[in-house]
Amino acid sequence: MSALAPIGAIGRGTLAAMSSVGRVTLFALSALAHMIRPPFYPRELAVALLNIGWLSLPVVGLTAIFTGAALALQIYSGGARFNAEAVVPQIVAIGMVRELGPVLVGLMIAARVTSSIAAEIATMKVTEQIDALVTLSTHPMKYLVAPRVLAALLVVPLLVGIGDIIGIFGGYAVATGSLGFNAAAYLKNTVDFLEPLDVISSLVKGCAFGGIAALMGCYFGMQSGRGAQGVGRATKGSVEAAAVLILAANFLLTGAFFSL
Amino acid sequence: MIDLAHVQKTFGSNTVLRDVSLTIPKGTSMVIIGGSGTGKSVLLKCILGLVTPDAGVISLDGQDVTTADRDAFLARFGMLFQGAALFDSLPVWQNVAFRLLRGSLQRPRAEAREIAIEKLRRVGLKPDVADRLPAELSGGMQKRVGLARAIAAEPEIIFFDEPTTGLDPIMAGVINDLIREIVTEMGATAMTITHDMSSVRAIADNVAMLHDGVIQWTGPVAQMDHSGDPYVDQFISGRATGPIEAVR
Repeated sequence: MSALAPIGAIGRGTLAAMSSVGRVTLFALSALAHMIRPPFYPRELAVALLNIGWLSLPVVGLTAIFTGAALALQIYSGGARFNAEAVVPQIVAIGMVRELGPVLVGLMIAARVTSSIAAEIATMKVTEQIDALVTLSTHPMKYLVAPRVLAALLVVPLLVGIGDIIGIFGGYAVATGSLGFNAAAYLKNTVDFLEPLDVISSLVKGCAFGGIAALMGCYFGMQSGRGAQGVGRATKGSVEAAAVLILAANFLLTGAFFSL
Repeated sequence: MIDLAHVQKTFGSNTVLRDVSLTIPKGTSMVIIGGSGTGKSVLLKCILGLVTPDAGVISLDGQDVTTADRDAFLARFGMLFQGAALFDSLPVWQNVAFRLLRGSLQRPRAEAREIAIEKLRRVGLKPDVADRLPAELSGGMQKRVGLARAIAAEPEIIFFDEPTTGLDPIMAGVINDLIREIVTEMGATAMTITHDMSSVRAIADNVAMLHDGVIQWTGPVAQMDHSGDPYVDQFISGRATGPIEAVR
Protein backbone atom coordinates (compact mmCIF):
# COMPACT_ATOMS: atom_id res chain seq x y z
CA MET A 1 0.00 0.00 0.00
CA SER A 2 1.36 3.42 -0.93
CA ALA A 3 2.31 5.82 1.84
CA LEU A 4 0.04 8.38 0.19
CA ALA A 5 -3.00 6.11 0.36
CA PRO A 6 -4.41 7.64 3.58
CA ILE A 7 -4.11 11.12 2.08
CA GLY A 8 -5.89 9.88 -1.04
CA ALA A 9 -8.68 8.43 1.11
CA ILE A 10 -9.05 11.73 2.97
CA GLY A 11 -9.15 13.57 -0.34
CA ARG A 12 -11.82 11.24 -1.74
CA GLY A 13 -13.87 11.58 1.42
CA THR A 14 -13.60 15.37 1.31
CA LEU A 15 -14.58 15.48 -2.35
CA ALA A 16 -17.55 13.18 -1.70
CA ALA A 17 -18.68 15.35 1.22
CA MET A 18 -18.35 18.56 -0.81
CA SER A 19 -20.19 16.94 -3.69
CA SER A 20 -23.05 16.01 -1.34
CA VAL A 21 -23.17 19.57 0.02
CA GLY A 22 -23.31 20.86 -3.55
CA ARG A 23 -26.11 18.48 -4.53
CA VAL A 24 -28.19 19.33 -1.45
CA THR A 25 -27.64 23.07 -2.06
CA LEU A 26 -28.72 22.79 -5.69
CA PHE A 27 -31.73 20.74 -4.61
CA ALA A 28 -32.68 23.38 -2.02
CA LEU A 29 -32.34 26.20 -4.56
CA SER A 30 -34.44 24.26 -7.04
CA ALA A 31 -37.11 23.66 -4.38
CA LEU A 32 -37.17 27.39 -3.58
CA ALA A 33 -37.42 28.29 -7.26
CA HIS A 34 -40.34 25.90 -7.74
CA MET A 35 -42.03 27.34 -4.63
CA ILE A 36 -42.30 30.80 -6.16
CA ARG A 37 -42.99 29.88 -9.80
CA PRO A 38 -46.42 28.65 -10.97
CA PRO A 39 -48.14 26.28 -11.33
CA PHE A 40 -48.94 25.88 -7.64
CA TYR A 41 -50.67 22.91 -6.08
CA PRO A 42 -52.83 24.22 -3.21
CA ARG A 43 -54.35 20.81 -2.46
CA GLU A 44 -50.89 19.30 -1.98
CA LEU A 45 -49.94 22.25 0.23
CA ALA A 46 -53.08 21.78 2.33
CA VAL A 47 -52.37 18.07 2.77
CA ALA A 48 -48.77 18.83 3.75
CA LEU A 49 -49.90 21.50 6.25
CA LEU A 50 -52.26 18.96 7.80
CA ASN A 51 -49.64 16.19 7.95
CA ILE A 52 -46.72 18.28 9.15
CA GLY A 53 -48.65 20.67 11.37
CA TRP A 54 -51.92 19.42 12.76
CA LEU A 55 -50.99 15.74 12.97
CA SER A 56 -47.67 16.55 14.70
CA LEU A 57 -49.40 18.42 17.53
CA PRO A 58 -49.83 15.40 19.86
CA VAL A 59 -46.17 14.35 19.73
CA VAL A 60 -44.98 17.96 19.99
CA GLY A 61 -47.33 18.68 22.92
CA LEU A 62 -46.37 15.55 24.86
CA THR A 63 -42.64 16.11 24.27
CA ALA A 64 -42.88 19.73 25.40
CA ILE A 65 -44.99 19.15 28.52
CA PHE A 66 -42.76 16.38 29.88
CA THR A 67 -39.60 18.36 29.06
CA GLY A 68 -40.93 21.50 30.77
CA ALA A 69 -41.98 19.50 33.81
CA ALA A 70 -38.62 17.70 34.08
CA LEU A 71 -36.80 20.99 33.56
CA ALA A 72 -38.67 22.55 36.50
CA LEU A 73 -37.71 19.62 38.75
CA GLN A 74 -34.05 19.78 37.66
CA ILE A 75 -33.75 23.54 38.18
CA TYR A 76 -35.45 23.34 41.56
CA SER A 77 -33.20 20.56 42.80
CA GLY A 78 -30.03 22.02 41.22
CA GLY A 79 -30.87 25.55 42.41
CA ALA A 80 -31.33 24.28 45.97
CA ARG A 81 -27.54 23.71 46.12
CA PHE A 82 -26.98 27.47 46.14
CA ASN A 83 -30.36 28.68 47.46
CA ALA A 84 -31.66 29.63 43.99
CA GLU A 85 -34.87 27.57 43.88
CA ALA A 86 -36.85 30.71 43.09
CA VAL A 87 -35.44 31.00 39.54
CA VAL A 88 -37.48 28.03 38.28
CA PRO A 89 -40.02 30.15 36.28
CA GLN A 90 -37.34 32.23 34.60
CA ILE A 91 -35.06 29.33 33.68
CA VAL A 92 -37.91 27.14 32.47
CA ALA A 93 -39.12 30.00 30.28
CA ILE A 94 -35.75 30.85 28.83
CA GLY A 95 -34.72 27.21 28.49
CA MET A 96 -37.90 26.22 26.70
CA VAL A 97 -38.23 29.25 24.44
CA ARG A 98 -34.62 29.77 23.46
CA GLU A 99 -33.39 26.20 23.27
CA LEU A 100 -35.40 23.16 24.20
CA GLY A 101 -38.66 24.12 22.49
CA PRO A 102 -37.21 24.65 19.00
CA VAL A 103 -34.63 21.85 19.22
CA LEU A 104 -37.00 19.20 20.56
CA VAL A 105 -39.77 20.16 18.13
CA GLY A 106 -37.20 20.12 15.32
CA LEU A 107 -35.99 16.67 16.30
CA MET A 108 -39.55 15.37 16.70
CA ILE A 109 -40.38 16.72 13.23
CA ALA A 110 -37.23 15.04 11.89
CA ALA A 111 -38.34 11.75 13.43
CA ARG A 112 -41.96 11.98 12.41
CA VAL A 113 -42.10 14.06 9.23
CA THR A 114 -38.67 13.66 7.60
CA SER A 115 -38.89 9.87 7.80
CA SER A 116 -42.43 9.87 6.47
CA ILE A 117 -41.63 12.18 3.54
CA ALA A 118 -38.48 10.24 2.63
CA ALA A 119 -40.24 6.87 2.77
CA GLU A 120 -43.22 8.12 0.77
CA ILE A 121 -41.19 9.77 -2.00
CA ALA A 122 -38.68 6.89 -2.13
CA THR A 123 -41.53 4.40 -2.51
CA MET A 124 -43.00 6.56 -5.26
CA LYS A 125 -39.64 6.50 -7.00
CA VAL A 126 -39.24 2.73 -6.67
CA THR A 127 -42.75 2.09 -8.00
CA GLU A 128 -42.25 4.50 -10.95
CA GLN A 129 -44.85 6.96 -9.64
CA ILE A 130 -42.31 9.79 -10.05
CA ASP A 131 -41.81 8.80 -13.70
CA ALA A 132 -45.59 8.65 -14.05
CA LEU A 133 -45.84 12.22 -12.74
CA VAL A 134 -43.40 13.38 -15.42
CA THR A 135 -45.31 11.62 -18.20
CA LEU A 136 -48.47 13.34 -16.91
CA SER A 137 -46.77 16.72 -17.46
CA THR A 138 -46.30 17.35 -13.73
CA HIS A 139 -42.91 18.36 -12.36
CA PRO A 140 -42.05 16.23 -9.28
CA MET A 141 -40.20 19.15 -7.64
CA LYS A 142 -43.30 21.31 -7.96
CA TYR A 143 -45.84 18.66 -7.02
CA LEU A 144 -43.98 16.72 -4.31
CA VAL A 145 -41.14 18.86 -2.95
CA ALA A 146 -42.25 22.51 -3.04
CA PRO A 147 -45.56 22.01 -1.13
CA ARG A 148 -43.89 19.94 1.61
CA VAL A 149 -41.00 22.34 2.13
CA LEU A 150 -43.29 25.39 2.06
CA ALA A 151 -45.68 23.76 4.53
CA ALA A 152 -42.82 22.96 6.91
CA LEU A 153 -41.45 26.51 6.66
CA LEU A 154 -44.90 27.87 7.54
CA VAL A 155 -46.11 25.45 10.16
CA VAL A 156 -43.07 24.34 12.19
CA PRO A 157 -42.58 27.84 13.71
CA LEU A 158 -46.20 27.59 14.89
CA LEU A 159 -45.49 24.16 16.35
CA VAL A 160 -42.43 25.57 18.11
CA GLY A 161 -44.52 28.42 19.54
CA ILE A 162 -47.13 25.95 20.77
CA GLY A 163 -44.37 23.68 22.13
CA ASP A 164 -42.84 26.61 24.00
CA ILE A 165 -46.18 27.45 25.64
CA ILE A 166 -46.94 23.83 26.52
CA GLY A 167 -43.41 23.34 27.89
CA ILE A 168 -43.75 26.40 30.10
CA PHE A 169 -47.12 25.08 31.23
CA GLY A 170 -45.45 21.74 32.12
CA GLY A 171 -42.98 23.59 34.35
CA TYR A 172 -45.83 25.67 35.79
CA ALA A 173 -47.89 22.57 36.61
CA VAL A 174 -45.02 20.89 38.47
CA ALA A 175 -43.86 24.07 40.19
CA THR A 176 -47.31 25.06 41.45
CA GLY A 177 -48.55 21.51 42.00
CA SER A 178 -45.67 19.96 43.91
CA LEU A 179 -42.90 22.52 44.49
CA GLY A 180 -45.03 25.09 46.33
CA PHE A 181 -44.81 28.01 43.86
CA ASN A 182 -47.58 30.62 43.76
CA ALA A 183 -49.43 30.37 40.44
CA ALA A 184 -49.82 34.08 39.78
CA ALA A 185 -46.23 34.87 40.75
CA TYR A 186 -44.96 32.05 38.53
CA LEU A 187 -46.79 33.40 35.50
CA LYS A 188 -45.73 36.99 36.22
CA ASN A 189 -42.07 35.99 36.54
CA THR A 190 -42.27 34.01 33.31
CA VAL A 191 -43.81 36.86 31.31
CA ASP A 192 -41.59 39.54 32.84
CA PHE A 193 -38.40 37.62 32.19
CA LEU A 194 -38.96 36.72 28.52
CA GLU A 195 -37.82 39.26 25.92
CA PRO A 196 -39.10 39.66 22.36
CA LEU A 197 -35.76 38.42 20.99
CA ASP A 198 -36.23 35.12 22.86
CA VAL A 199 -39.53 34.50 21.11
CA ILE A 200 -38.26 35.71 17.72
CA SER A 201 -35.21 33.44 17.90
CA SER A 202 -37.46 30.52 18.79
CA LEU A 203 -39.73 31.07 15.79
CA VAL A 204 -36.82 31.67 13.40
CA LYS A 205 -35.22 28.44 14.58
CA GLY A 206 -38.54 26.68 14.02
CA CYS A 207 -38.67 27.97 10.45
CA ALA A 208 -35.08 26.87 9.76
CA PHE A 209 -35.54 23.45 11.37
CA GLY A 210 -38.80 22.86 9.52
CA GLY A 211 -37.13 23.71 6.22
CA ILE A 212 -34.22 21.37 6.98
CA ALA A 213 -36.50 18.52 8.04
CA ALA A 214 -38.72 18.68 4.95
CA LEU A 215 -35.83 19.28 2.57
CA MET A 216 -33.86 16.28 3.83
CA GLY A 217 -36.93 14.04 3.56
CA CYS A 218 -37.54 15.15 -0.01
CA TYR A 219 -33.87 15.01 -1.03
CA PHE A 220 -33.20 11.53 0.27
CA GLY A 221 -36.53 10.30 -1.09
CA MET A 222 -35.77 11.60 -4.57
CA GLN A 223 -32.22 10.15 -4.47
CA SER A 224 -33.42 6.75 -3.24
CA GLY A 225 -31.95 3.56 -4.65
CA ARG A 226 -33.96 0.58 -5.84
CA GLY A 227 -36.10 -1.78 -3.81
CA ALA A 228 -37.00 -1.99 -0.14
CA GLN A 229 -33.36 -1.54 0.84
CA GLY A 230 -33.21 1.71 -1.11
CA VAL A 231 -36.31 3.00 0.67
CA GLY A 232 -34.87 1.96 4.04
CA ARG A 233 -31.54 3.66 3.35
CA ALA A 234 -33.24 6.83 2.16
CA THR A 235 -35.39 6.97 5.29
CA LYS A 236 -32.50 6.33 7.68
CA GLY A 237 -30.20 8.77 5.89
CA SER A 238 -32.82 11.50 5.83
CA VAL A 239 -33.45 11.34 9.59
CA GLU A 240 -29.72 11.23 10.40
CA ALA A 241 -28.97 14.18 8.13
CA ALA A 242 -31.95 16.20 9.36
CA ALA A 243 -31.12 15.63 13.05
CA VAL A 244 -27.45 16.57 12.63
CA LEU A 245 -28.22 19.60 10.48
CA ILE A 246 -30.88 20.79 12.93
CA LEU A 247 -28.43 20.63 15.84
CA ALA A 248 -25.72 22.35 13.78
CA ALA A 249 -28.14 25.04 12.63
CA ASN A 250 -29.26 25.49 16.24
CA PHE A 251 -25.68 26.21 17.28
CA LEU A 252 -25.20 28.71 14.46
CA LEU A 253 -28.52 30.47 15.06
CA THR A 254 -27.96 30.63 18.82
CA GLY A 255 -24.58 32.20 18.13
CA ALA A 256 -26.10 34.64 15.67
CA PHE A 257 -28.88 35.71 18.05
CA PHE A 258 -27.18 35.73 21.45
CA SER A 259 -23.41 35.76 21.22
CA LEU A 260 -23.16 39.50 20.53
CA MET B 1 -43.87 9.22 -36.61
CA ILE B 2 -41.22 8.43 -34.00
CA ASP B 3 -37.70 8.17 -35.34
CA LEU B 4 -34.67 7.01 -33.39
CA ALA B 5 -31.24 7.45 -34.99
CA HIS B 6 -28.08 5.96 -33.48
CA VAL B 7 -29.26 6.28 -29.88
CA GLN B 8 -26.68 5.33 -27.26
CA LYS B 9 -26.90 5.07 -23.49
CA THR B 10 -24.36 3.90 -20.92
CA PHE B 11 -24.77 3.62 -17.15
CA GLY B 12 -21.33 3.59 -15.54
CA SER B 13 -19.43 0.81 -17.31
CA ASN B 14 -22.63 -0.85 -18.57
CA THR B 15 -23.50 0.07 -22.15
CA VAL B 16 -27.23 -0.59 -22.46
CA LEU B 17 -27.96 0.96 -25.86
CA ARG B 18 -25.04 0.78 -28.30
CA ASP B 19 -26.60 2.04 -31.51
CA VAL B 20 -30.36 1.92 -31.74
CA SER B 21 -32.05 3.12 -34.90
CA LEU B 22 -35.78 2.52 -35.36
CA THR B 23 -38.78 4.12 -37.04
CA ILE B 24 -42.33 3.80 -35.75
CA PRO B 25 -44.79 5.00 -38.43
CA LYS B 26 -47.78 7.09 -37.31
CA GLY B 27 -50.86 5.07 -36.35
CA THR B 28 -49.04 1.75 -36.09
CA SER B 29 -48.38 -0.50 -33.13
CA MET B 30 -44.71 -1.35 -32.62
CA VAL B 31 -43.73 -3.98 -30.08
CA ILE B 32 -40.13 -4.12 -28.86
CA ILE B 33 -39.12 -7.58 -27.71
CA GLY B 34 -35.97 -8.73 -25.99
CA GLY B 35 -34.75 -10.45 -22.86
CA SER B 36 -34.73 -8.96 -19.40
CA GLY B 37 -32.06 -6.31 -18.95
CA THR B 38 -31.56 -5.63 -22.65
CA GLY B 39 -32.54 -1.97 -22.35
CA LYS B 40 -36.14 -1.99 -23.57
CA SER B 41 -37.38 0.18 -20.71
CA VAL B 42 -34.36 2.48 -21.05
CA LEU B 43 -35.17 2.94 -24.74
CA LEU B 44 -38.76 3.87 -23.92
CA LYS B 45 -37.63 6.26 -21.16
CA CYS B 46 -35.18 7.89 -23.56
CA ILE B 47 -38.05 8.72 -25.93
CA LEU B 48 -40.08 10.20 -23.07
CA GLY B 49 -37.12 12.22 -21.78
CA LEU B 50 -37.05 10.37 -18.45
CA VAL B 51 -33.52 9.22 -19.33
CA THR B 52 -31.18 11.38 -21.42
CA PRO B 53 -29.36 9.48 -24.20
CA ASP B 54 -25.58 9.93 -24.43
CA ALA B 55 -25.73 10.22 -28.22
CA GLY B 56 -28.16 9.95 -31.12
CA VAL B 57 -31.31 11.78 -32.13
CA ILE B 58 -34.91 11.01 -31.20
CA SER B 59 -37.48 12.91 -33.22
CA LEU B 60 -41.24 13.07 -33.19
CA ASP B 61 -42.85 14.09 -36.48
CA GLY B 62 -39.46 15.37 -37.62
CA GLN B 63 -38.78 17.51 -34.53
CA ASP B 64 -35.94 16.64 -32.16
CA VAL B 65 -37.64 15.81 -28.85
CA THR B 66 -34.87 17.53 -26.85
CA THR B 67 -35.72 20.88 -28.45
CA ALA B 68 -39.50 20.49 -28.34
CA ASP B 69 -41.69 22.29 -25.79
CA ARG B 70 -41.72 19.76 -22.94
CA ASP B 71 -45.35 20.19 -21.83
CA ALA B 72 -46.71 20.15 -25.38
CA PHE B 73 -44.58 17.10 -26.14
CA LEU B 74 -45.72 15.13 -23.09
CA ALA B 75 -49.37 16.14 -23.65
CA ARG B 76 -49.27 13.96 -26.78
CA PHE B 77 -48.29 10.88 -24.78
CA GLY B 78 -50.04 8.38 -22.56
CA MET B 79 -48.19 5.64 -20.75
CA LEU B 80 -49.09 2.42 -18.98
CA PHE B 81 -46.32 1.52 -16.54
CA GLN B 82 -45.24 -2.02 -15.70
CA GLY B 83 -46.59 -1.85 -12.14
CA ALA B 84 -49.36 0.59 -13.18
CA ALA B 85 -47.61 3.31 -11.06
CA LEU B 86 -50.90 4.57 -9.64
CA PHE B 87 -50.69 7.31 -7.04
CA ASP B 88 -51.45 5.62 -3.71
CA SER B 89 -52.82 8.72 -2.04
CA LEU B 90 -55.43 9.50 -4.71
CA PRO B 91 -58.69 7.65 -5.38
CA VAL B 92 -58.95 5.79 -8.66
CA TRP B 93 -60.92 8.47 -10.51
CA GLN B 94 -58.36 11.15 -9.62
CA ASN B 95 -55.60 8.87 -10.86
CA VAL B 96 -57.40 8.44 -14.18
CA ALA B 97 -58.24 12.14 -14.48
CA PHE B 98 -54.87 13.33 -13.15
CA ARG B 99 -53.95 15.20 -16.31
CA LEU B 100 -57.48 16.62 -16.60
CA LEU B 101 -57.40 18.12 -13.10
CA ARG B 102 -54.31 20.29 -13.61
CA GLY B 103 -52.10 21.88 -16.25
CA SER B 104 -52.95 22.83 -19.79
CA LEU B 105 -55.62 20.12 -20.19
CA GLN B 106 -57.47 21.09 -16.98
CA ARG B 107 -61.26 20.59 -16.98
CA PRO B 108 -63.92 21.34 -14.35
CA ARG B 109 -63.74 18.72 -11.58
CA ALA B 110 -67.17 17.23 -12.32
CA GLU B 111 -66.38 16.90 -16.02
CA ALA B 112 -63.00 15.32 -15.27
CA ARG B 113 -64.73 12.79 -13.01
CA GLU B 114 -67.26 11.96 -15.74
CA ILE B 115 -64.46 11.39 -18.24
CA ALA B 116 -62.60 9.22 -15.71
CA ILE B 117 -65.68 7.06 -15.12
CA GLU B 118 -66.23 6.77 -18.88
CA LYS B 119 -62.60 5.63 -19.35
CA LEU B 120 -62.96 3.17 -16.48
CA ARG B 121 -66.02 1.73 -18.24
CA ARG B 122 -63.99 1.53 -21.45
CA VAL B 123 -61.44 -0.72 -19.75
CA GLY B 124 -64.14 -2.88 -18.19
CA LEU B 125 -64.33 -1.43 -14.69
CA LYS B 126 -67.57 -0.45 -12.96
CA PRO B 127 -68.13 3.15 -11.78
CA ASP B 128 -68.06 2.07 -8.13
CA VAL B 129 -64.32 1.49 -8.50
CA ALA B 130 -63.86 5.23 -9.03
CA ASP B 131 -63.83 6.17 -5.35
CA ARG B 132 -61.65 3.31 -4.16
CA LEU B 133 -57.92 3.65 -3.47
CA PRO B 134 -55.45 1.82 -5.74
CA ALA B 135 -54.29 -0.40 -2.84
CA GLU B 136 -57.83 -1.83 -2.63
CA LEU B 137 -57.65 -3.18 -6.20
CA SER B 138 -56.22 -6.43 -7.58
CA GLY B 139 -53.19 -6.35 -9.90
CA GLY B 140 -55.37 -6.80 -12.98
CA MET B 141 -57.70 -4.00 -11.93
CA GLN B 142 -54.72 -1.72 -11.26
CA LYS B 143 -53.43 -2.42 -14.78
CA ARG B 144 -56.84 -1.48 -16.18
CA VAL B 145 -56.86 1.74 -14.15
CA GLY B 146 -53.36 2.46 -15.47
CA LEU B 147 -54.65 1.88 -18.99
CA ALA B 148 -57.63 4.18 -18.35
CA ARG B 149 -55.21 6.88 -17.12
CA ALA B 150 -53.03 6.41 -20.21
CA ILE B 151 -55.96 7.07 -22.55
CA ALA B 152 -57.83 9.67 -20.43
CA ALA B 153 -56.53 12.68 -22.35
CA GLU B 154 -56.95 10.99 -25.77
CA PRO B 155 -53.20 10.91 -26.52
CA GLU B 156 -51.80 10.50 -30.03
CA ILE B 157 -49.07 8.15 -28.80
CA ILE B 158 -49.37 5.48 -26.13
CA PHE B 159 -46.51 3.54 -24.53
CA PHE B 160 -47.05 0.25 -22.77
CA ASP B 161 -44.27 -1.04 -20.51
CA GLU B 162 -44.64 -4.79 -19.91
CA PRO B 163 -48.46 -4.54 -19.86
CA THR B 164 -49.10 -8.16 -18.87
CA THR B 165 -46.31 -8.76 -16.35
CA GLY B 166 -47.61 -10.33 -13.15
CA LEU B 167 -51.06 -11.16 -14.55
CA ASP B 168 -52.63 -14.58 -15.01
CA PRO B 169 -53.00 -15.73 -18.66
CA ILE B 170 -56.70 -14.86 -18.84
CA MET B 171 -56.24 -11.36 -17.42
CA ALA B 172 -53.19 -10.93 -19.67
CA GLY B 173 -55.38 -11.81 -22.64
CA VAL B 174 -58.01 -9.30 -21.52
CA ILE B 175 -55.40 -6.53 -21.24
CA ASN B 176 -53.89 -7.45 -24.63
CA ASP B 177 -57.31 -7.32 -26.30
CA LEU B 178 -58.10 -4.00 -24.61
CA ILE B 179 -54.84 -2.48 -25.79
CA ARG B 180 -55.42 -3.65 -29.35
CA GLU B 181 -59.01 -2.35 -29.39
CA ILE B 182 -58.14 1.00 -27.87
CA VAL B 183 -55.15 1.62 -30.12
CA THR B 184 -57.23 0.75 -33.18
CA GLU B 185 -60.27 2.85 -32.24
CA MET B 186 -58.16 5.86 -31.19
CA GLY B 187 -55.89 5.60 -34.24
CA ALA B 188 -52.97 6.10 -31.88
CA THR B 189 -49.34 5.29 -32.44
CA ALA B 190 -48.39 2.63 -29.90
CA MET B 191 -45.09 1.34 -28.61
CA THR B 192 -45.09 -1.67 -26.33
CA ILE B 193 -42.18 -3.36 -24.68
CA THR B 194 -42.64 -6.92 -23.58
CA HIS B 195 -41.15 -10.40 -23.55
CA ASP B 196 -44.61 -12.00 -23.52
CA MET B 197 -45.09 -13.51 -26.98
CA SER B 198 -48.88 -13.70 -26.64
CA SER B 199 -48.85 -9.92 -26.15
CA VAL B 200 -46.68 -9.51 -29.23
CA ARG B 201 -49.10 -11.47 -31.42
CA ALA B 202 -52.15 -9.68 -30.01
CA ILE B 203 -50.86 -6.11 -30.05
CA ALA B 204 -48.21 -5.71 -32.76
CA ASP B 205 -48.35 -4.43 -36.30
CA ASN B 206 -44.56 -4.40 -36.35
CA VAL B 207 -41.98 -6.01 -34.13
CA ALA B 208 -38.41 -5.01 -33.29
CA MET B 209 -36.01 -7.17 -31.37
CA LEU B 210 -33.53 -5.40 -29.10
CA HIS B 211 -30.47 -7.38 -28.13
CA ASP B 212 -26.94 -6.42 -27.14
CA GLY B 213 -27.74 -2.73 -27.43
CA VAL B 214 -28.90 -2.78 -31.06
CA ILE B 215 -32.06 -3.61 -33.00
CA GLN B 216 -31.27 -7.14 -34.21
CA TRP B 217 -34.33 -7.44 -36.42
CA THR B 218 -37.46 -5.46 -37.25
CA GLY B 219 -40.41 -6.23 -39.48
CA PRO B 220 -44.15 -6.90 -39.63
CA VAL B 221 -45.49 -9.28 -37.00
CA ALA B 222 -46.66 -11.66 -39.77
CA GLN B 223 -43.02 -12.17 -40.80
CA MET B 224 -41.74 -12.72 -37.27
CA ASP B 225 -42.06 -16.50 -37.34
CA HIS B 226 -40.11 -16.66 -40.62
CA SER B 227 -37.63 -13.88 -39.97
CA GLY B 228 -34.61 -16.09 -40.56
CA ASP B 229 -32.90 -14.22 -37.74
CA PRO B 230 -31.33 -16.64 -35.22
CA TYR B 231 -31.87 -14.22 -32.31
CA VAL B 232 -35.58 -13.82 -33.08
CA ASP B 233 -36.01 -17.55 -33.68
CA GLN B 234 -34.42 -18.42 -30.35
CA PHE B 235 -36.41 -15.77 -28.50
CA ILE B 236 -39.85 -16.63 -29.86
CA SER B 237 -39.30 -20.36 -29.48
CA GLY B 238 -37.94 -19.91 -25.96
CA ARG B 239 -34.89 -22.15 -26.53
CA ALA B 240 -32.04 -22.08 -24.02
CA THR B 241 -29.51 -22.75 -26.81
CA GLY B 242 -28.67 -20.29 -29.54
CA PRO B 243 -26.87 -17.00 -30.06
CA ILE B 244 -28.53 -15.43 -26.98
CA GLU B 245 -26.76 -16.52 -23.81
CA ALA B 246 -29.19 -18.13 -21.38
CA VAL B 247 -27.22 -16.83 -18.40
CA ARG B 248 -26.91 -13.06 -18.50
